[in-house]
Amino acid sequence: MKENLVVVGNGMAGIRTVEELLKLAPEKYAITVFGEEPHPNYNRILLSPVLCGEKRFEDIVLNDDAWYAEHDITLYKGKKIVEIDRRRRQVKAGDGATADYDRLLLATGSHPFLLPVPGKNLPGVVAFRDMWDVEVMLTAARQCRHAVVIGGGLLGLEAANGLLKQGMKVTVVHLPDRLMERQLDTPAARMLKRSLEDRGLQFILQGVTREIIGKTRVQGVALQDGRELTADLVVMAVGIRPNFALAQSAGIYCDKGVVVSDTMQTYDPRVYAVGECVQHRGQTYGLVAPLFEQAKVCANHLAHFGISRYEGSVTSTKLKVTGIDLFSAGDFTGDDGTEEIVLQDAGRGVYKKVVLKDNRIRGAVMYGDTLDGAWYFQLLRDGTDVSNLRDKLLFGQAHLGDSGHGDIKSRVMSMDDSAEICGCNGVCKGTIVRTIADKKLFTLEEVRAHTKASSSCGSCTGLVEALLASTVGGDYSTAPKKKPLCPCTEHSHDDIRAAIRDRGLKNIRAVMEKLEWKTPDGCNKCRPALNFYLLVAWPGEYIDDNQSRFINERVHANIQKDGTYSVVPRIWGGETTPAELRSLAEIAEKYEVPTVHITGGQRIDFLGVPKETLPAIWGDLSRAGFVSGHAYGKAIRTVKTCVGKTWCRFGTQDSTTMGIELEKMAWGSWMPHKVKLAVSGCPRNCAEATIKDFGVVCVDSGYELHVGGNGGVKVRATDFLCAVKTPEEVLEYCAAFLQVYREEAHYLERTAPWVERIGLAHVKRRVVEDAAGRQALAERFRHSQKFAQVDPWAERAGGVDRHEYIPLKMVG
Amino acid sequence: MQIVAKKQMNDWIEIGDLDDIPRQGARVVRHADGDIAVFRTADDQVFALRDKCPHKGGPLSQGIVHGNKVACPLHDWKIHLDTGLAVAPDEGCAARFPVRVEGGTIFLSLVADEGCPDK
Ligand code: SRM
Ligand SMILES: Cc1cc2nc3c(=O)[nH]c(=O)nc-3n(C[C@H](O)[C@H](O)[C@H](O)COP(=O)(O)OP(=O)(O)OC[C@H]3O[C@@H](n4cnc5c(N)ncnc54)[C@H](O)[C@@H]3O)c2cc1C
Ligand code: SF4
Ligand code: FES
Repeated sequence: MKENLVVVGNGMAGIRTVEELLKLAPEKYAITVFGEEPHPNYNRILLSPVLCGEKRFEDIVLNDDAWYAEHDITLYKGKKIVEIDRRRRQVKAGDGATADYDRLLLATGSHPFLLPVPGKNLPGVVAFRDMWDVEVMLTAARQCRHAVVIGGGLLGLEAANGLLKQGMKVTVVHLPDRLMERQLDTPAARMLKRSLEDRGLQFILQGVTREIIGKTRVQGVALQDGRELTADLVVMAVGIRPNFALAQSAGIYCDKGVVVSDTMQTYDPRVYAVGECVQHRGQTYGLVAPLFEQAKVCANHLAHFGISRYEGSVTSTKLKVTGIDLFSAGDFTGDDGTEEIVLQDAGRGVYKKVVLKDNRIRGAVMYGDTLDGAWYFQLLRDGTDVSNLRDKLLFGQAHLGDSGHGDIKSRVMSMDDSAEICGCNGVCKGTIVRTIADKKLFTLEEVRAHTKASSSCGSCTGLVEALLASTVGGDYSTAPKKKPLCPCTEHSHDDIRAAIRDRGLKNIRAVMEKLEWKTPDGCNKCRPALNFYLLVAWPGEYIDDNQSRFINERVHANIQKDGTYSVVPRIWGGETTPAELRSLAEIAEKYEVPTVHITGGQRIDFLGVPKETLPAIWGDLSRAGFVSGHAYGKAIRTVKTCVGKTWCRFGTQDSTTMGIELEKMAWGSWMPHKVKLAVSGCPRNCAEATIKDFGVVCVDSGYELHVGGNGGVKVRATDFLCAVKTPEEVLEYCAAFLQVYREEAHYLERTAPWVERIGLAHVKRRVVEDAAGRQALAERFRHSQKFAQVDPWAERAGGVDRHEYIPLKMVG
Repeated sequence: MQIVAKKQMNDWIEIGDLDDIPRQGARVVRHADGDIAVFRTADDQVFALRDKCPHKGGPLSQGIVHGNKVACPLHDWKIHLDTGLAVAPDEGCAARFPVRVEGGTIFLSLVADEGCPDK
């Protein structure tokens, strides 16, 4: 038999929980919903556009009556629950109706706070919370002229703007000395005030309301300083209070709200609570993004999956007044321990401030140009070290040396419909814009799925995001979530790695079972990632899963567009001999290799080799002393070197030998992404060491070590890590660096984006400052190399994985 | 709905044992008219498709098999193994070949079911 789930509150958080639950366990509960409002569930956020006349109520309904019927949910509209009897597990409505529960979900939202002044209950005084309030305001706007809004916060300003649009004369009375004091600092608040005044709103700051005047209905507002304002309508928007009276009367522990655990359970484990009514780890929330995260966790627990936890949210705010761009997030006032970076351009009406502590973003306020809000917010949530971005931070993400994309927003705006956005997949602007509109797409993932734009190399992601923003407008819940590894799971890369380590998960099947994968055997995104994570966690123990590797790694050669393969043997440090070259020439001739190319990585590439021939050609190469160059793998690729002091008149050290030693140490190791090394003999840097994942520049006094560079789509020069004196130290630091990268980066994240995400300071702490830690890392790297340095080509020439290279059968 | 193939029972040919194909993998049957990819899923179902991605002809046999789908190695289209159809929103279809497994031996019919199921 189904258990009974009763939901009190037919609002945004409660119904989102029900939706999430239906996705996970549609048959588990018989669901009954009680809602005090006479409406079906609607999008409360969009009450502002309804008030402005930009939308109608029908447009903002989220779930109509048919939806409840379709999912067998019993809905009681206009019924308020007045009592919970926890012993009998029963709720009682105001009209005496009852319902029994096995589990109860409280989602009673908030109450608007009404100032305790005389006259607050007069007709014509409303809050701004629900559809009823909006109806009162719209009626007043049709009949009367003067409105006073008490409260210049987010809600108050949206109400004031709406009433102004409806033709009223509006004065906003605000107690503090600046508008939206919880979201804005003084300069931004001043700019906002000015542009709202230009639209026709009037403001009284530091205005203290003494009394609402009126006999049978409101006629005016009296302030402490003696002023009196005429008013036919007064909107009180001075704050909200979590609505927990019902829970409290049932003896459930409440403080500022209904107190819940990380699984969204109250002190009575049968009773859950979500939304604005709850207090979690001391915090209450008044925005939807965190409530939706809570809903997910709560549904997960109600479905008895019981793995996810809610750990609190950081929120950001945008004001929904058309034509005003405003963004704020986190702690934007700062204190003694913080620094501020400010950009103020009064001419363009742009103001940006970022508050930093220990080189991490603590908060941001932006006015006039909020394009980079989501980016700052992401950096804030990830705790990214921004030391390297500081100079450019306020100019935005578009200025970060993304080869040639320039100012993204203006660039996309000025493009023709026929302009190509995604060079990899040949998708033009018009197609993207049309698809977004036709298919009602809202997220980057959806645009990728439908158009393929930005789904390959990803360098056009910024352009696609800008198109999305300009086509659908800002999205209210821009809060970036912890990103799941792929659609097969809820968990992020980091959580999965932690689980593998801490819970001792030793194979892909165990990971998928313990972490409740949503698909039976994963997909081509998660399986290669898991295979790699397991390989790093359990060297020598984990057995590589060939079927979870991309074709190139599975067959140890690079697939070409015509289905043939390429073969790149390792040429240590780019140095070779006539004998080696002779055997390469002979082998190329013997197998009639169509193209022989000197690669950009100082090696020789045989192109156009049929798959069946691979083991034989490898056999010959291995007899001539060559091993695989791993040109196909997320692995150590090349170590480029220059001739160094042996020959070059400027050379300071033996860069060639250094490079060869590095390559001998590191070859064969699997990595999150490909890894390239280089050693230059002097700062002229002929081996291009400063655009490599790990680069060494020799100097008179020793070796400078550089990390996190790459060429390619988004060129990034390395960061200087440190200088060392001896070749032994170079090897140790390199091994330690490679091992932190292997242990901490996300699969398919190259060192450049990884260093940007976690910060150079972190790398320095692990590799430079902590000598014992560095040695331990290097030791772990060397240990795993014992199992990795087996030449895959020699193995396969000897018969391993034979089935990969021959047809199952020849017929016809 | 499925278009009925013009199956002739007499042209089943034996192509090998189930264990010749790795789980979550594929092997190729080489044929004068073009390669045929024979897939084995994690739960030992066997499917055969023309080894040619409907996108740009990539060899599907070289892709990663997951669930009842394969991801093409060239540009990552996903193809349903049972129908040959590309996973939406991509559109296209690889021809299917009837296969059956009897006592661990795999039999393949060379009469392709070229019509895309209209689903
Ligand atoms: C063969 C070679 C071109 C050549 O003939 O010179 C080459 C060929 C390919 N490169 Fe490269 N890259 C080659 C040197 C480079 C270099 C130069 C270098 O290493 O100094 C770069 C820029 C440096 C860098 O990596 O930072 C380079 C940056 C890329 C990128 C962009 C990487 C990035 O982080 O943005 C890709 C795309 C990717 O990996 O996703 C790429 C991807 C590829 C792939 C693997 C594309 C693919 O998936 O099929 C090509 C496969 C070739 C094959 O089948 O063998 N190749 N590629 C070079 C092989 C070097 C070697 O000896 O192993
Ligand atoms: C005008 C306006 C604009 C907003 N703009 C934004 C924005 O831009 N971005 C953003 O993130 N957030 C915004 N919010 C906040 C957001 O709407 C709320 O955070 C969200 O609706 C809270 O969801 P909830 O389910 O906790 O509460 P609610 O949506 O308020 O739902 C609670 C429901 O429970 C009912 N109820 C209460 N007690 C009982 C009872 N005893 N019995 C039965 N039913 C009961 C109430 O009638 C109500 O319908 C805005 C809010 C308003 C009012
Ligand atoms: S630049 Fe690299 S990826 Fe592009 S075509 Fe040349 S080899 Fe291929
Ligand atoms: S050829 Fe298969 S995805 Fe392009």
